[in-house]
Amino acid sequence: MSEGRSNAARFLPLAIFFALALLLAAGVWLSRNPNREALPSPLIDKPAPQFTLPVLHEPGRTVTLADLRGAPFVLNVWGSWCPSCRDEHPVLTRFAETKRVRMVGFNWKDERADALRWLDQFGNPYWLVIADIEGKSAIDWGIYGAPETFLVDANGVIRWKHVGPLTDALIQGELVPALDAIDPQGRKGSR
Amino acid sequence: MNAWRALLFAVLLAFATPQVQAQVGTDVAPLTFHDAAEEARFHALVSELRCVMCQNQSLADSNAQIAFDLRREVLELMREGRSDAEIKDFLVARYGEFVLYRPRMEASTWLLWLGPALLLLVGGYVVARVVRRRATARGPVPDDTTQEW
Repeated sequence: MSEGRSNAARFLPLAIFFALALLLAAGVWLSRNPNREALPSPLIDKPAPQFTLPVLHEPGRTVTLADLRGAPFVLNVWGSWCPSCRDEHPVLTRFAETKRVRMVGFNWKDERADALRWLDQFGNPYWLVIADIEGKSAIDWGIYGAPETFLVDANGVIRWKHVGPLTDALIQGELVPALDAIDPQGRKGSR
Repeated sequence: MNAWRALLFAVLLAFATPQVQAQVGTDVAPLTFHDAAEEARFHALVSELRCVMCQNQSLADSNAQIAFDLRREVLELMREGRSDAEIKDFLVARYGEFVLYRPRMEASTWLLWLGPALLLLVGGYVVARVVRRRATARGPVPDDTTQEW
């Protein structure tokens, strides 16, 4: 056995140690995203699921996906039972006041009276609120916890999704750029 | 007795970690099955599906509201006459590959499936080399005067 070879063998444990340290550091680096448990939606860039749901404020009237075509809209999943939705509410209200896009509320598995009281108490940032009491349409949309927010373009294609409460930084950093990409002429906020 | 109860309560409280995302707290009636075969098929199916909310539980074990809803949906799909594979496709189309406890063999999962066998092969190769080298290098230990330690 040559001298050079046994020298290399002597450094092998150190090399293994650094390789392991690198692997562990990579694991820490990959888990830096606090929202890492959010599932990536398979529906991005796919046509939004069809639905026929009653309007919260007028239970006799139903709305379908086709009714919302022609301009982009943001679908925000919420419920009066959801504490994070209350945290998200001021952020949503600030964004709604810019009138950049239609905000559709998706009232998920809620009691109608509770939902109406919630909107009365905190204010209604939505252009329209649809109610899914049963939670059947929610399954088609891959919804699993409120709040969740989708961006749907004018042709009814889902372009963006966020799981968890929205923040001002998220809206400015992700939602607005996604919106600018699909709807450049709406940038002035003419709606 | 009261002290024990307080202790139990404290332990339960410690496990009830708050979640960022909320769940509905309403109770749902348990599912009823037509016969034992349906029940067995249902349980086999939901224990292979992951709950999307509490991601370390199967759909069968989870108490999350969405798990209740998905279990009901799975039972309804079974009664519509869909096969197990079709039901899994239904959920994968909505929630992604993540819902499958046994991921499918695909371009993105072949390393996951074949990785252990690959590691075994590499390990076997290394061991075989070491053994062979020792077998050829065996003999009296050389008197190494350059050794400093």
